[in-house]
Amino acid sequence: MILALLLITLLILASAAVAMVLRNLIHSALLLVLSWCGIAAFYLWAGAEFVAFAQILVYVGAISMVVLFAVLLTRPARDAELSVPAVTVLRVAAGLMAAGMVASILGLAVLTTRFSGAATRAPQLTVKDLGALLAGPHAAALLVTGVILTVALLGAVLIAAPAPAPRPEDHS
Amino acid sequence: MTPAAVPPDRWLELAPLQLRDWVTGFLPASLQWLATGLITIVAILAVFGLLFAYLTLAERKILGRIQNRPGPNRTGWFGLLQPFADGVKALTKEDVVPRQADPVLHYLAPVVLVALSLLGFAVIPFGRHLVAVELDAAVLYFFAAGAATELAIFMAGWASRNKYALLAAMRALAQLISYELPLLLAFVPVVMLAGTLSTTAIVAAQGGWTLGVLPHWFVLTPWGFAGFVIFMIAALAESNRSPFDLPEAESELIAGHLTEYSGFKYALFFMAEYFGMCALCGMAVTLFLGGWQAPCAALECIPSYAWFGAKLLTLLLGFIWIRATLPRLRMDQLTRLAWKFLVPLALINLGTAAFWSLTAGWTGGLQLVRWAVALALVAGPFVLLGRRLSRGVAPRVYRYASS
Amino acid sequence: MLGTGLLQGLAVTAKNLVGSFHDPARLPTLEYPEVQPQLPEAYRNFPFLVSESAEDPMGTLRCVACQICEKECPPQCIYIEKSKDKKPDAAGKQQIFPAVFVIDTSVCMSCQICVEVCPFESIKMDQVFAIATTERFGSLLLTREQLAKPNSYYHQIHPTEAAEVDRRLAADRQAAEDKAKAAAAAKSAAPTPPAKPATGGPAA
Repeated sequence: MILALLLITLLILASAAVAMVLRNLIHSALLLVLSWCGIAAFYLWAGAEFVAFAQILVYVGAISMVVLFAVLLTRPARDAELSVPAVTVLRVAAGLMAAGMVASILGLAVLTTRFSGAATRAPQLTVKDLGALLAGPHAAALLVTGVILTVALLGAVLIAAPAPAPRPEDHS
Repeated sequence: MTPAAVPPDRWLELAPLQLRDWVTGFLPASLQWLATGLITIVAILAVFGLLFAYLTLAERKILGRIQNRPGPNRTGWFGLLQPFADGVKALTKEDVVPRQADPVLHYLAPVVLVALSLLGFAVIPFGRHLVAVELDAAVLYFFAAGAATELAIFMAGWASRNKYALLAAMRALAQLISYELPLLLAFVPVVMLAGTLSTTAIVAAQGGWTLGVLPHWFVLTPWGFAGFVIFMIAALAESNRSPFDLPEAESELIAGHLTEYSGFKYALFFMAEYFGMCALCGMAVTLFLGGWQAPCAALECIPSYAWFGAKLLTLLLGFIWIRATLPRLRMDQLTRLAWKFLVPLALINLGTAAFWSLTAGWTGGLQLVRWAVALALVAGPFVLLGRRLSRGVAPRVYRYASS
Repeated sequence: MLGTGLLQGLAVTAKNLVGSFHDPARLPTLEYPEVQPQLPEAYRNFPFLVSESAEDPMGTLRCVACQICEKECPPQCIYIEKSKDKKPDAAGKQQIFPAVFVIDTSVCMSCQICVEVCPFESIKMDQVFAIATTERFGSLLLTREQLAKPNSYYHQIHPTEAAEVDRRLAADRQAAEDKAKAAAAAKSAAPTPPAKPATGGPAA
C-alpha cells in the first residue's frame, strides 16, 4: 500500500514538475490533467471513492477543457512554444516570494489543524452519508459556495458577452 | 409496489458464472482472484468487440436499406464476414504519421480513447449476477470515465497539426461542455428516486410489476420518460453520433480529428466511438429501462442478460435509425439546443421528480392527480419552451422551393 | 409542435427500411456480375465493324477502307491501312478492303460520328458494358479481328435500326441490279456501243 502511495505521489509531483518546465503550453496542460488524475488516484487509495470520481468528472472532464480552450483561443497553435525571457534576479525573487507565501499559508493550515481522528480507523462513509452530511450540517457552506460560483459565472457571462448586434441571417 | 419475490436462479441465469468458476477451479487458490478478474475483462472485451464488429455491419446494412440499396453483401454469407475483412484491411494499411505532428500525442490519442471508453463497461450490470465491479458511486464513476474521452479527441485533433483536426478538437470540447450538463441533470432524478448511486441498486429499484404486466421501469413515469429522452439526446451528442457528429463532419472538416489517422489507429477511433455508444446505451438501459429486468412476470424464464442485450440492441438500432434520418446540426444550433432547451427542461424535470417522490404515498383518486400534475409539469414546459425557441424559425418556409 | 417534424422524418426512413424488403421499387439495385443490366436499345458505346456472315468475318466486312471515318474521328482513334489487292465483297463486287483497321478504345469517346459519316453502313455502335482490361496498351487497342461482328449481332443489339439499315442496303442493291439490268438491256439494244464504257447508261 505504501508503495502504491509512493508511486501515486511520484506521478503527481513528476507530472506537475514537468508541466512547469515544458515550453509547450498544450503539453503542460495535458500533464496537468495527468497530475489531477494522480490526485484522483490518491483519493481512491485513501478510500474516498466519491471524491475521486468527482475529481475526475470536474477536473479532468471540465476544468481541463476550460484550460485547453483558454490556451487555444488566446494564441495560435503554431506559437504554442512560449518564448520566455531570460531569468533575472527580479523574476527569481518574485517567484520565490510567491512560492514562499503559498507555502507558508499551506504550512500554517497544516500545522494549526488538529487531526483528531488521525490515529483511529477512517469511518466507512457511503455516498448517502456524504449527501446527508452535505445537505444537513454543511448545507450553509454548500449553498454559499454555490451562490459564489453562480455569481462568478454570471459575472463572466456579463463580461464576455458582446453588445448584441442584429444579424440578418440569424433568425432568433 | 411490493418487490416481486426473488425467483429461483435457473441454470441459464448462472451459467456464465459457473463456467468462470469451472475455469478458475483449475488454478491454485492464490491466483483465482486474478483469473476471475481477467476472465471478466476478456469476456467483456470479446462480447463488446464482436458487438462492435457486427454493429458496424448492421449500421451499414440498415443505412443501405434506408437509402434503398442492399448494403455490403459480398464478403461471406449476407456480408457476415465484412467486419473481419475491414479489420484485415485496417491492419495491413500503412500507418502514416505527419512530419509536423506531435508524435507522442498522436500515438497516445487513440490508445487513451479506447482505454477510457472501455472503462464504463465495468459498472454496468449486464444481468442479475453479471456486473464486473460493484461500486458505491458507480454512476458517478461511469460519467467521470465518459467525460475524459473528449480529452483524447482533443489530443488527436491538436497533435495532428492539421487545421481541420484542430477545428474538430475545438468542436469536441465545446460539444462536451454543452452536453455534459443535460446528461448529468437527466439522470439525477433517477438517483434521487432510487436513493443510490450504485447501478445494481438502481436496477433493483425498478424491479416488480403492477398486475404482473406493467414493469416499474423509470421510463414509464412522466419524469422518467422526459429524463430518458433528454438523456438519449445528450448521449447522442456525447458519443459524437449524427446529428451531433460535428467533430468529424465529413462535408466540412474532411474527417475532423481523424483526418491525419490511417490504418489501425483509424479503426481504433471507430472502436472507441462504438464502445462509447454501447456503454452509454447500456447506462440508459440501466437507469431508465429497468436494466436486466424482464418486461412482465411471465417472461422471467428468459435469462436476465438476454433482456439486457435486447434492450441494448433496441437502443443501438434507434441510434442508427436517427443517424439515417436527421441532418447534422450547425455549431450554434447545437449549443443553443443544449443550453436553452435541454438544460431548462432537465432542471424542471428534477422538480417533477421531486414532486413524484414526495407524493409517493398518494392513493386512489389522488394517484390520478399525481399523474396529471406530473404530466403537465413534463409536457407544459416542453410545449411552451419549444414554441418560444422556434418562434420565427419553424415551421420552416422555403421561399423559392415551394410554389 | 416541436418534434413532430423529427417524427415525420423518422417515419419516412422507417418506411424505406421496411419497404426495401418487399417493394422492388424501394430496392432498385442490380447485383451486377450475377444480374446483367437490361440495356435500352438506344444504349450505345464504342464502334464495331459489321460483317455479313459470322463464319467468315474477315472476308465479308462491309468496310471498303474509304478512310472517311479515320479523317472525321474527332479524337483520331481510328487507324486504317488500305489493302493493295481487291477482293469481292458480299455483293460479289471487287472492292478494296482494310488490311489494318484498329480503334484505340482508350481514346474513343463514343461520339458516333464515324457511324454517321460511313457511306457503306459498315461501322456501327456497340453495346459493350464491361470493358475493363488487365493491361493498359494492347488490350485497349482493338484490331480488325476483334472489331468485326456479324450483322446478326447488330440485329440482336439494335433490332429497329439494323432492320432499317438492311432495308436500305437491299434497296440500294436492288437499284444497282436494276441499273445493271437496264444498262445490259441498253447495251443489247444498241449493237454498236458508243465511246462510253460500262458506266453511265442513259437512264442514269
